[in-house]
Amino acid sequence: MKVAAKTANEAMAEAMRQINPDVVAAYPITPSTEIVQIFSQFVADGLVDTEFVPVESEHSALSACIGAAAAGARVMTATSSQGLALMNEVLFVAAGLRLPMVICEIARTLSAPINIHCDHSDTMDQRDTGWMQFYAEDSQEAYDLVIQAMKISEEAFLPAMVSADAFILSHSLQRIEMLDDKDVQSFIGKHKTPFSVLDTDHPITVGPLDLQDYYFEHKRAEAEAMIEAYKVIKKVFNDFGKKFGRKYGLIEEYKMKDAKRAIVLMGSTAGTAKEVVDSLRADGEKVGLVKVYAFRPWPAEEINKALRNVEYLGVMDRAEGMSGFGAPLFTEVRSSLYDENKKPDTYGYVYGLGGRDVKIEDIKKVFDDLKKVEVGEKLDRNNYLGVRE
Amino acid sequence: MAVNLKELSKQEDLFASGHRACAGCGPAIAVRQALLAAGKETVVSFATGCMEVVSTIFPYTAWKVPYIHSLFENSAATMSGVEAAYNALKRKGKVKKDINFIAFGGDGGTYDIGLQALSGAMERGHNMLYICYDNEAYMNTGIQRSSATPYGASTTTSPSGKVIPGKTRQRKDLTEIMAAHNIPYVAQASISDWRDYITKVQKALSIEGPKFIVVFAPCQLGWYYKKENTIKIADMAVKSRFWPLYEVENGVHKITKDPKTVIPVEEWLKLQGRFRHLFKGGNKKIIEEIQEEVNARWERLKKLEKAGI
Repeated sequence: MKVAAKTANEAMAEAMRQINPDVVAAYPITPSTEIVQIFSQFVADGLVDTEFVPVESEHSALSACIGAAAAGARVMTATSSQGLALMNEVLFVAAGLRLPMVICEIARTLSAPINIHCDHSDTMDQRDTGWMQFYAEDSQEAYDLVIQAMKISEEAFLPAMVSADAFILSHSLQRIEMLDDKDVQSFIGKHKTPFSVLDTDHPITVGPLDLQDYYFEHKRAEAEAMIEAYKVIKKVFNDFGKKFGRKYGLIEEYKMKDAKRAIVLMGSTAGTAKEVVDSLRADGEKVGLVKVYAFRPWPAEEINKALRNVEYLGVMDRAEGMSGFGAPLFTEVRSSLYDENKKPDTYGYVYGLGGRDVKIEDIKKVFDDLKKVEVGEKLDRNNYLGVRE
Repeated sequence: MAVNLKELSKQEDLFASGHRACAGCGPAIAVRQALLAAGKETVVSFATGCMEVVSTIFPYTAWKVPYIHSLFENSAATMSGVEAAYNALKRKGKVKKDINFIAFGGDGGTYDIGLQALSGAMERGHNMLYICYDNEAYMNTGIQRSSATPYGASTTTSPSGKVIPGKTRQRKDLTEIMAAHNIPYVAQASISDWRDYITKVQKALSIEGPKFIVVFAPCQLGWYYKKENTIKIADMAVKSRFWPLYEVENGVHKITKDPKTVIPVEEWLKLQGRFRHLFKGGNKKIIEEIQEEVNARWERLKKLEKAGI
């Protein structure tokens, strides 16, 4: 174990070095460029055995990852924002072909207007692609989640992306505890592959045309893989916790035990929200926080369990969704709760778009709003936080 | 490296019969001949298109070599990944054989939507051969114009009408664009000249690094000619110098077939329904312009060859 000061970009690049994938195909984009840059240096310095493919676009980056994974290689890449959007159709192929791989993703908003700063528009845009999605609160989690995601992906035969917030995490130095190289290797284990397009003695056809008579069954199997992945994630998180002492769940419950008012959110804002929960708790208020680690597969069971005794809930989305009916995390949480007999009165808050700062008072406002509802005031179902109206 | 027909005929077809290509399909011949040249130690990637659709309708496959299809525009990028994986795994002793890597695409997937991925893969120097089967339009989606569609041709998105006589632009010279990548080997071939084509594929595969071949592969459905005439149409494209057979090895142009008897391009155009409108009304001028363009391109090629560049 080594203690180091690392930005999330550096931490994720270090995790990649320790994973030592066979192939990395990547393209630079702010703010995830650094991951690719640092990793290129690892390759140049001979610290990894990786074949690095400096492609001409993110579309080709993920396409090369697919080719490499189908050839039996352990595969990783990194991207952000427009890069992830450009990968969109390729993301579906990676998942549909059931090819394991990990994207180190930095959550940045999407154009237009062009903006390089944090929100979750990019990953929310890709939530139906069949990729597992994990969200980190800090550099440590970004590092730990990348290592765990590699193992989860290879066991579940589904690709995974680990997302860390742009600049807030990608470019901020934080203290992290790094595992030893050999511990990472023994944790992720040897890469096993059921087939390879390099096996010319046993030729296979990958990516055939699948028509009305088979396509549905294959998609059904893929959907089942996502359900199964839920169990794989729990198992791998559990193993990691036992071995290294840092425990992860599909969600994190923070002071939720007797909470009557709560917030659900993802990513770096959890740090600020925990501060607010602590200070309100000090004033005797029964408030709590649920941080979602895994957005895909969606942890409905954990969410419902955590929110069972909550009366008023604010769901904070760092993405709009543009549905006119509430942002993605809000609709997901509310839909999960629908079948529960006892469920919180749930309100949505869109916040922090394009890197807009989220302050202590913003989070406090959500708890205050929920308190007002408690005493009979009316609150809009969907709200915006920190925007000039 | 002489190609022997007798020996070739004894070889197992690695692109099996039973695929759903049309009768008289030029591209199916292009794929079959390439695999005869490459042999079984070959991995193939394919762009979405006619040949992908007709050869892999699940649960059947015509491919007796490992095959991967991902999307329309990423055959070269996908193969980049396969080749990178091969290098990594070979270094670790997990793969031992020497393997040929062939990425295929049609002209739509190569000249147009896949050009960026192709250019990138060639520039990066992957050890792969990219073969473009050129049937001069988007045939899989129903004969739409591509940048490989010749001037004057009528397609469903460059139809001949009362005021516009088919495609108004000259075709893109992709072969020279690829030659400008300064890769070790670039060639133009035709399914009509199988010996020349197979020799070029074998030569390309014997060279380390990125290679590119574009093979002329007529489409009876999209060009509107009798399906038994596929080879004849390809042959006449060569003999009219519309489609010169040449190669660019290490930057040096060499014409591999200088037709003894040159036929006017009009003779070739006449047999194809896509040019029918050129023979009507005031469109005769377009035929003359096509001939001028063919002559100019041939002269340029001769000059390059003569100059030893």
